[in-house]
Parts: sequence; C-alpha cells; structure tokens
Amino acid sequence: MATAVARVRVPTRSLSSELRAIKVVWKRELIRFSRDRLRILTSLMQPFLFLFVLGTGLSRLASAGTHGVNLRTFVYPGVLCMAVMFTAMFSAASLVWDREFGFLREMMVAPVRRSSLVLGKCFGGATVAGFQGVIVLCLAGLVGVPYDATLIVEVFALQLLLAFAITAFGVMVAARITQMQSFMALMQMAIMPMYFLSGALFPVSGLPQWLEILNRLDPLTYAVDPMRRAVFAHLKILPAARQALDPGVTWWSWHVPGLVEAGVVAALGLLMLTIAIVQFSRAE
Amino acid sequence: MSQTATTSPGSATETAPSCAVSVNGLVKRYGKLEAVRGIDFEVAAGEIFGFLGPNGAGKSTTINMLCTLVSPSGGSASVAGHDVVDERDDVRRNIGLVFQDTTLDGYLTAEQNLRLHAELYGVPRELVGERMRQVTEMVGLWDRRGSLVNTFSGGMKRRLEIARGLLHSPRVLFLDEPTVGLDPQTRSSIWRYIRELKAREDITIFLTTHYMDEAEYCDRIAIMDHGRIIVLDTPAALKAEVGKDRVQIQTDDDQAAIAGLRERFGIDATVAEGAITFGVPEGGQFVPRLFDDWDPTLPAIRSVSVARPSLDDVFMSHTGTTIRDAESGQTDTRRNFARMMSR
Repeated sequence: MATAVARVRVPTRSLSSELRAIKVVWKRELIRFSRDRLRILTSLMQPFLFLFVLGTGLSRLASAGTHGVNLRTFVYPGVLCMAVMFTAMFSAASLVWDREFGFLREMMVAPVRRSSLVLGKCFGGATVAGFQGVIVLCLAGLVGVPYDATLIVEVFALQLLLAFAITAFGVMVAARITQMQSFMALMQMAIMPMYFLSGALFPVSGLPQWLEILNRLDPLTYAVDPMRRAVFAHLKILPAARQALDPGVTWWSWHVPGLVEAGVVAALGLLMLTIAIVQFSRAE
Repeated sequence: MSQTATTSPGSATETAPSCAVSVNGLVKRYGKLEAVRGIDFEVAAGEIFGFLGPNGAGKSTTINMLCTLVSPSGGSASVAGHDVVDERDDVRRNIGLVFQDTTLDGYLTAEQNLRLHAELYGVPRELVGERMRQVTEMVGLWDRRGSLVNTFSGGMKRRLEIARGLLHSPRVLFLDEPTVGLDPQTRSSIWRYIRELKAREDITIFLTTHYMDEAEYCDRIAIMDHGRIIVLDTPAALKAEVGKDRVQIQTDDDQAAIAGLRERFGIDATVAEGAITFGVPEGGQFVPRLFDDWDPTLPAIRSVSVARPSLDDVFMSHTGTTIRDAESGQTDTRRNFARMMSR
C-alpha cells in the first residue's frame, strides 16, 4: 500500500496549461480579497468621504455654479473612478509583498510563461477592483442618479477597464520596486496628482491653459470623462447645466468621443502590461 | 492502484537518464564577485546528494542555477536530462523545490496552496485530489489541510513545502537548507520524511546544508567553500580519508599533561571544549598504550573519550577552518530578517 504512489506526469506547456495558470493566479487574488474584510472597508472609506463629506460640504458654496445639480451628483463619476483606483493599486502592491514573503518565487519557477502570471495578476486586480466599484455603483440612488441597466453596464465596463490599466501600471512598477514603502510612496506620488488633474472634481472646460494642458496629458482624464458622460446622459437636467458640468474633453476644440477615450485608457493599459511582462520575463 | 497519467504518447519515451544532475564547469559571476568558480559533478538517479559548506560558499547560487532561477555565467548543467538554459521548461516540469525561506501564501489554506501549485504545474485534474492526499499524509498534515498557513509553526510550513514540492512527482527534489531555523526535534522529523521519500518514490534528492550531522544522511556529499567543490565522496570515505580519531582526556593539570603528551608520545594537543584534544590514527588502540606509558609523575587522567572523525574534521582537514568559524564574520541579515518575520 505504501508503494501505491500516483505518479503525475506534468504535461508539456500548452495553451490550456497557460490558461490554467492565468485562472489560478486570478483566483488567488479573489480568495485573498474575500479574506481581507478590512481592506474592503478601508478602500471604501475614501470614496465615501469624497462623496458625502466633501460633496455635501462644498455644495453649500457651489450651488450657484451647478445650475441646480447637486455637487454630490457631479463628483459621483469621479468617485466611481476613485473606488476602483485604490483597490487596483493595492492589488498590484500585493506583488511586492509576494516578493518579500517569497511567494513570488513559487510562481516564477513554475513551468508557465511569466506573461500568464502577469495577466492573471492584472485580471485578478481588475476583478476585485470591479467588485469594489459595484458597491459604489449601488449608491447611485443616494446621489440622485437613476438605476438604469445601460448606465450600470457602461459604468461597470469602464470601471473594469480602468482597474485593469491601474493594476497593469502597478505591476509594471512592482517589477522594479522591491520594497513596500518605496512602492506605496511612488504610487501615491503618481495616483494623487493623476486624480486631481483628471477632472474628477471639476469640469474640464474653461480651465487656465496650464491646467488644461496637464489635464489633457493625464491618462485618468480619459477614464473620468466617459464615466461622467455616461452618468449625465441619464440625468434630467437643464441644457445649461449639462453644458457647464459635462463639457467633455476636447483636443484643439475637437470633442473626443467616449469610445476614443476608452481606447486611450485601453492602449495605455496594454502598453504598461507589455512592459510589465517584459520585465518579469527577464531572468537574473 | 499505481497510476500513470500519460498525456501524450511522446512522454512515454522520456526515459529516466542515468544521471539526474550533470554539471560541467559551471560559473556564476555577480559583477566582480565570483560566487561559483567552475564546478563539475554528477548526481546519479535515486541518490541523496548533499552540498555541504558555510553560508556564502555558493551552494544556493548553484541550486538557483540548477533550478533555472539564475542563468549561469559560464559552463553548462543539465537536470533530469534537460539543459538548464536551453530547456528551461523541461527542467522546471521535472523538479521540485523547497527554498530556505518559506514560499507559501500564508493567507491561503494548506489545501489552497497545494491546489494552486497543482494548477501552475498542470497536474491532471483527476489526479490532484489523490496526489494531494498522498503527499499531505506523508508529512502528517492531511488533517490540517483546511487551516490557514499563517497559523502553522515553522516546522509545519517546511513540511507543507516539502509536500508541495512533491505534488507534481518531480524527478529531482531540491532542498535548500531544508532544516534551517528549526528545532532539533522538527529537524529529525524532516529527515525522517526525506528518507521515507527516497524509499517510496523514484526520486533524486539534492540538498544543501551547513549542518554536519545532516550531511551524514546523504549518499554522497560535496564540500563547497569559496565557490569551489573541495572534495566529493561518500561521508564514510571522506571520514576514513582524514585518518585520525579524535581523543579527548580530562586531567587536573592540563598544561602539565599536554607537556607530557608531547614528550612521551610526540603528540601536539590543545584544549578544546574543556578537555585536552588531539588526533591519532586508530584511537581505540591508542588508549591502552596511553595508560601503559603514562608517567606516574604526570597528573592523573580522569576521563577519556574517543570519537571517530566527524565531517567537521573532514571540513577542517580540507579547509583548515571549521564551518562555524568560516561562517562567523558574515551575517546573513536577509535570512535573519525573514526568520524574524515568520515567527
């Protein structure tokens, strides 16, 4: 009986083995996220603060400029982005922990492509961040945004796209940065300016030129703007309010269509993903 | 009941090579530092082969090259019949690894860690359950499979890592300092698993250690120091080669006794571990002679012990220093940190 050992023959590499690897790395992210209730709560805190504290407080100052639209409603699309961003960033950060606690080695030495590991990680990050986004999406009613099937689908798709791009960005950075403190500092330094410049908290027309230039260079602008368009398309508001609050991003007075904007985010996400894969594929 | 999962007719032709590991002139340089300076050796299939040497001797670098984590700067090596540079994937499919520092995910359960490994290695789905049971039962963790790994002790984690390293039936299992940082009891149980493993599975075991007593369990050992293999043989042959047994005596006046030993027997003795220590060939036959010729004017001998040469003596005779002395002076801060964190 003791000699009855099931011998396993590890199959040679194939597409299906790569898919299995992607899936299991993705699944691990989900398991870990579901275990970490504290993380779910803390990453929801920032969106809540922006939406209900900042939104409510500032609305007393800004009511004249918003043409009767509640400021909470105005910042809601930006907050939808924010919820996704921070979760995605923390997902990528776990890669730095994996390195520090050795688990990365277990993955790196497996007979699968490094690209499968990176892809699994990015899909995982996008999925948990997407879940976080859904929670904020559920709050729509509280800020005067109707629950509408097409709106929810549009917003959720944009959130997934943004989450994927941010995770890819984080993974790209994590390939080089081996210490958690440095990683977090670097991400904060990248994420906060990106968020403030993106127009998540202000309309993007009629800005001073320096700010307009920075805003148009900020990749996050192209995630926030289509999100806002999707939300505002379902609001019943005056044309003047729409004009003032949802002017849309322009390139030299050309109104950039939402699909092009999503394309910009997708292209950047893929670029960063490629860089991340190349970096992880290099042997010592 | 024995099962073989053959995924393609081609894999049946993958016959076991006579040599599990073959290394030719392997070199690894990090900038100016030459960590491994051209080593050659072969490990036969089914052997327990040990790399013995102080920290920083190049053992881990060699293992990292053999398991394809680090590319060699020169020379070549093959594992399970596959070149570690050109056939990296084939090597990876055929090896199991247990690293010095834990590489488990503490936030997953033992079972989840094993399943993750099975997926990464493409273990056929219908075999995962049975195989997982076998390896966890072997290391006595079947009952704890549902527990989070973070709740495990250091010894349990190491056992789980050994189980995981075996999950995909590797031909060669690499164990890098498998017992470092563990208490003596856990160390001996880890060794029980390793020996049991050799009896049960058709596997070659390649390990590194800087514990002399553990090297004794190996079929053959290579002593490594400063990036070179100094000597390679069976533990018994290495010890026989030293040729001298270690004799320790205790007296009331060590200085006078040492002087007497020099005059009467021409032996240079020193005080070590609180006793007068010296080496002689055939120590057992020397002791009666010692008492016959011991001058009554010399201080009385209160106790005698004779020890066969240990691997410590082997290391010393080849390098002129003990492993412990070779290690002091270089602190492995990274590992200390990891050990601290895993507590």
